[in-house]
Amino acid sequence: MPRLPITKTPKVYVGGAFLRSESSRVYPVKDAAGNFFANIPQCTRKDLRNAVEAAAKAGPGWAKRTAYNRGQIIYRLGEMLEARAGELAAAIRLGGASKAAAAKEVAATVDRLIYYAGWADKYEQVLGNVNPVAAPYFNFTVTEPMGIVGVIAPDEAPLLALLTLLAPALTSGNTVVALASTTQPYPAIVLGEMLATSDLPGGVVNLLTGFRKELVPTFATHTHLRAIAAVANADERKALAVGAADSVKRTHFIKAEEKHGWFADPAQSLYAIRDFLEFKTTWHPIGA
Amino acid sequence: MLRPLMPTGPSPSSFRRLLDKIGPVDCVGIEERVAKYTTRSIKKASKLWGLRTAVSMLDLTTLEGKDTPGKVASLCRKALRPHEAADIPSTAAVCVYPSMVRHAKQHVADTNVKVASVATAFPSGQTPLKARLAEVRAAVADGADEIDMVINRGAFLAGGFAEVQDEIAAVLAACGDAALKVILEVSELETYDNIRAASFLAMAVIREGDFIKTSTGKTSLNATLGNNQVMLEAIRDFYLDTGIAIGMKPAGGIRTAKQALQFLVAVKETLGDAWLTNERYRFGASSLLNDLLRQIEKEKTGAYQAPYYFSEAAESY
Repeated sequence: MPRLPITKTPKVYVGGAFLRSESSRVYPVKDAAGNFFANIPQCTRKDLRNAVEAAAKAGPGWAKRTAYNRGQIIYRLGEMLEARAGELAAAIRLGGASKAAAAKEVAATVDRLIYYAGWADKYEQVLGNVNPVAAPYFNFTVTEPMGIVGVIAPDEAPLLALLTLLAPALTSGNTVVALASTTQPYPAIVLGEMLATSDLPGGVVNLLTGFRKELVPTFATHTHLRAIAAVANADERKALAVGAADSVKRTHFIKAEEKHGWFADPAQSLYAIRDFLEFKTTWHPIGA
Repeated sequence: MLRPLMPTGPSPSSFRRLLDKIGPVDCVGIEERVAKYTTRSIKKASKLWGLRTAVSMLDLTTLEGKDTPGKVASLCRKALRPHEAADIPSTAAVCVYPSMVRHAKQHVADTNVKVASVATAFPSGQTPLKARLAEVRAAVADGADEIDMVINRGAFLAGGFAEVQDEIAAVLAACGDAALKVILEVSELETYDNIRAASFLAMAVIREGDFIKTSTGKTSLNATLGNNQVMLEAIRDFYLDTGIAIGMKPAGGIRTAKQALQFLVAVKETLGDAWLTNERYRFGASSLLNDLLRQIEKEKTGAYQAPYYFSEAAESY
């Protein structure tokens, strides 16, 4: 007897749970052949607000973990992606990528996670400092995570770009609220399922799907987001910059108009970790 | 010879008689009614009004073993001027332990912020009546404008309704001019019927302008929309019967502005506008105030606010 088809309801991964949009709205995505594939949650600014609350709750615990432990957990996430590489590649192929290209993107994504997992307990040694001062002080600079980082991912390389933006912020103890590609959201939906099984505490990474024009203004003005990493066009960059000026948040833009080398080595860097750090300098008196 | 065992627990006949008089609670009806309150869409101007009104209804509370005069002082300043914006009202009262009343009174004397104090061996009430009354008198002497007492739940559950009422009456006498709030501690009363019965027992004794209050905030289950609704309906029935308007104070567990608005919806739809004032409705809460301020700011600016822009944010993240 033929089995009934069991189709998956795509849900966004927020606060460690799989949710529909609070608005109950969805939008359809098609596969490469143009056939209906699934309804994806069309998240609203209230979903973004809720995701930020979840990220705020998870933040102190994530930041307090040892750097070594954060590295282990990010490595574990890499393991989860590696084990389910076929599923991720199939999700990427919905957007029309060839089999080889999809496999290459998944492999590059896993490698990128492993790269940042390695940095987790090392960046402090490079970015932190003991500063020479001409006074009887022991003067040193250490880093701290900024807080909640907003990520807005592009349509190009929907999995690799999302994780390239997200991983460096994660490595240093920030929590992340990310908006996945609008046209190719499915890899992010599948990624959520891997985040859920990777020892990453719920709420540390929150993935939303939906329309950029509905969510970019809230990313811009939400005062609880401390930084934004976005692939954005000129109008979006302006909106984000204006909102960020009001709420005093840091912005890192990649221009959507220009081709970005997501696969290239410069796409991963220690300085991407530094972009989401605050530096704290301490003057400690020493005896004469 | 074996003697028959005495029945233990609440005396069924006295409770039955009381319920016959006041009518039982329709549990399913209450649950369905309050589920509807959470679906009301309150936006823009009405939301702002609701949030401001909720601020003005707050009994800003600190009831911890680690309270100090300094902490109470900062609580009082917060109550008087919750936010820098001029259009935010002060809260209705500050609520403190009796030993802190005189410290609180210094800061809010001659303002419209009252000092409420939880007396009567809060939260358990398990000391001799004489000691509880002495505590009430001491709090009033120190300047408390309002006394929050706990009822004798043990006596209530054992069917000693007269004892419960006599104790409330005794505390009322000790209050003098201070308003009285009678805490039923609903989580220990266990059923809606019991909550309604206890509400009527208390209302029969107290004066117009006094309150009944859900909980101490020191047990696992505190104010819920369901408990609140049972008590509001008791107040309504009592008012229609006697013409005496009793106030209501849910306390404990109300932490978000959204919850506060839902409670106000319950008041509006059960008792009407006459109860939408801090003379007749209060919230006992501490962290609620900051969320109210945060949502008011959001309504004004359109931008979601970080909690650390408001005082007493627990997390810096």
